[in-house]
Amino acid sequence: MNSKVFPFNEMRSDAGARPPYDYYDAWFSAQDNQRLAQKAAEAEAFFRRTGITFNVYGQADAEERLIPFDLIPRILSSREWTKLSRGIEQRVAALNAFLHDIYNRQEILRAGIIPTELIARNDAFLPQMMDFTPPGGVYTHIVGTDMVRTGEDDFFVLEDNARTPSGVSYMLENRETMLQMFPELFSTIRVQPVSDYPKNLRRALEASAPASCTGRPCVAVLTPGIFNSAYYEHSFLADQMGVELVEGHDLRVVDGHITMRTTQGYKVIDVIYRRVDDEFLDPLTFNPASMLGVPGIMDVYRAGNITIANAPGTGVADDKAIYSYMPDIVEFYTGERAILKNVETHRCSEPDSLKYVLDNLADLVVKEVHGSGGYGMLVGPAASKAEIAAFADKLRARPDNYIAQPTLALSTVPIFTESGLAPRHVDLRPFALVSPKGINITPGGLTRVALQAGSLVVNSSQGGGTKDTWVLDD
Amino acid sequence: MFRYLERAENIARLIEAGFRIALTRSNHAEAEWKSVIVTSASQDTYEAHHEGYDSSQVINFLLREAHNPSSVLSIIKAARDNARLTRTALTTEVWYAVNDTWMMFSELLKNPVPETEVPGVLAVIRQQAALVRGALHGTMLRNDIYDFCSLGIAIERMDSTARIIDVKYYSLLPSPSFVGSRLDNVQWETVLRSVSAHRSFRWAVEDDFTAPAIANFLILDSRMPRSLNFCATQIAANLGLLADEYKARKPSNDLAEQLLARLKGRDIGSIFEEGLHEFVETVIDDTARLAQQIEQDYRFTG
Repeated sequence: MNSKVFPFNEMRSDAGARPPYDYYDAWFSAQDNQRLAQKAAEAEAFFRRTGITFNVYGQADAEERLIPFDLIPRILSSREWTKLSRGIEQRVAALNAFLHDIYNRQEILRAGIIPTELIARNDAFLPQMMDFTPPGGVYTHIVGTDMVRTGEDDFFVLEDNARTPSGVSYMLENRETMLQMFPELFSTIRVQPVSDYPKNLRRALEASAPASCTGRPCVAVLTPGIFNSAYYEHSFLADQMGVELVEGHDLRVVDGHITMRTTQGYKVIDVIYRRVDDEFLDPLTFNPASMLGVPGIMDVYRAGNITIANAPGTGVADDKAIYSYMPDIVEFYTGERAILKNVETHRCSEPDSLKYVLDNLADLVVKEVHGSGGYGMLVGPAASKAEIAAFADKLRARPDNYIAQPTLALSTVPIFTESGLAPRHVDLRPFALVSPKGINITPGGLTRVALQAGSLVVNSSQGGGTKDTWVLDD
Repeated sequence: MFRYLERAENIARLIEAGFRIALTRSNHAEAEWKSVIVTSASQDTYEAHHEGYDSSQVINFLLREAHNPSSVLSIIKAARDNARLTRTALTTEVWYAVNDTWMMFSELLKNPVPETEVPGVLAVIRQQAALVRGALHGTMLRNDIYDFCSLGIAIERMDSTARIIDVKYYSLLPSPSFVGSRLDNVQWETVLRSVSAHRSFRWAVEDDFTAPAIANFLILDSRMPRSLNFCATQIAANLGLLADEYKARKPSNDLAEQLLARLKGRDIGSIFEEGLHEFVETVIDDTARLAQQIEQDYRFTG
């Protein structure tokens, strides 16, 4: 793909503002730049005050940072959203069916749709989960589906986050900030609300309680602690749901149940929303050096006395090699064609693909199959000759560790700068909640934006920012 | 004076709840603004001067119109006048806080507040109210003056919560169609936001958003600082302290205890049986009568 093609601008086309932005565009044109600059400063103060900060790993003076917030909203029409949300619902249902199958009968492997070694050699696959069905049959209670757009009707899934998607607190706080700063917009433009998310999350978690739970389920959020980069989000979600925020050392197994330390002794927990990685969850089962988990939680889990959300071992589905099979996975389990498109993906484990990738490195994006957060990847068009050559060596050494995708002309939405609007590339992470009672998708999601002109990397750890995402109610 | 300050804050809170509903659930806006006006007990005044319930019209009426004796600006002026009259009864810190508040609001509310500035103005009102209250608790002698201040706050709060329930009581009634079902989101959201209990409800109540649970929380929960039960307890206690200090029991002591007895140890089921609407109306009347009795007992009316 030619990277010099002009990317799709979601706000303005040559003919003027695109329909979802009609009113906003007119409003914006009537604004005074100085006032908006003032508002941008207010927004930053608002975030500081709320404490929405994060820590960057690998920085010695671990100072708290803000994810930059841009005050131009990203706007989707309700028609655009309806199609996306139907696609997400289908995909999320398929993901859960896939995970159940992989950890039980493995029919998709027997049918030869996915090569067995892709599962067997997958680090995120947990043999401890075999022949076990989590309470209510749900594996991924919370899913974040990363989407990109390249044209009017062209949305693609970039990756599935079935393990522990983060960022939902930004979705909620971005909206609160916009409501505070620009109430006049919301009284004219009808935007679908997102504020029910914490309530829906609690309901989804409660509905997934194990059969051993009688009465109202006790829910808790398990955090690795205050030094984790997403600690703010953990505390925010616990607070908004009205449930306790706990660390591993607050928990212990008593009479076959997970219990938490309270001022009145130990209290049974039925559902644990954990933001601790699989590896650290149970030192008796996984990493013995872990101080973050709960010794024995896997035994309690397998005995059916606690729900862990998301289930251990769901990371299998986040694997980028598995991703390349998603259209087949969706079709296999739902019997329907996938509504959402995948980005064309070359599996470097296949010799023909590897050759193609090596020949075209300068035009491709190459990713590690288990990587996340924008680390360890090569963006061909932005890389120097030396970087490309070094990466080619890594590829030849371990081809099965990589997949490659064309460099997409990601759509842009303008950001606000002192000199006016400037287009920047964006992606979108909608959040889906899954429980035995059904799937609930919050309208919109988190829009991440690359703040550097031309940059395609939107990750907050790499200098990306966020925007409020509006789905119009019409 | 503290009744006034408490009322200013309650009005700001009502506006905030109404404003949010208007922005996030726009098809309910008109009806919501009307119920805000009814709750603030200023329907007649409002309708004498305005037609329709347009959001910025309602907001400005409640915030700053001089012909509305319950507008925030009118109230703050009255509170500040009161503070000047009784300047010697207040610590310097309390007086500064009240006077600053008045100066700030006079400036802030001099001109109609455009929609864009509403969140900022409401934030200032909330912050100033907290400042005055902090000065009161932190610096005043715990004597009769302090008791009268607390009494004013508690009575105003009681009245305000009762009015909110009164206006929304129909949405809290467990009618056959939604026994056991969840309340309409918008309704409970406004009710809880109007008393700043949107978050604490989730923490305090081990139940979902059902009508009896919310009614119970607002009427009977002794942990909720704006529930009728909490306020009545506070009023009876303050009057008790005054009786001790003055070594004289007054008729208002009895009235307060009667009011409290209607709330203590009740369960919400029996209140629904009695009729939520009738129950709350009686509470509003009794609170007004009690306030009058206190004025009489302690010769505020001269």
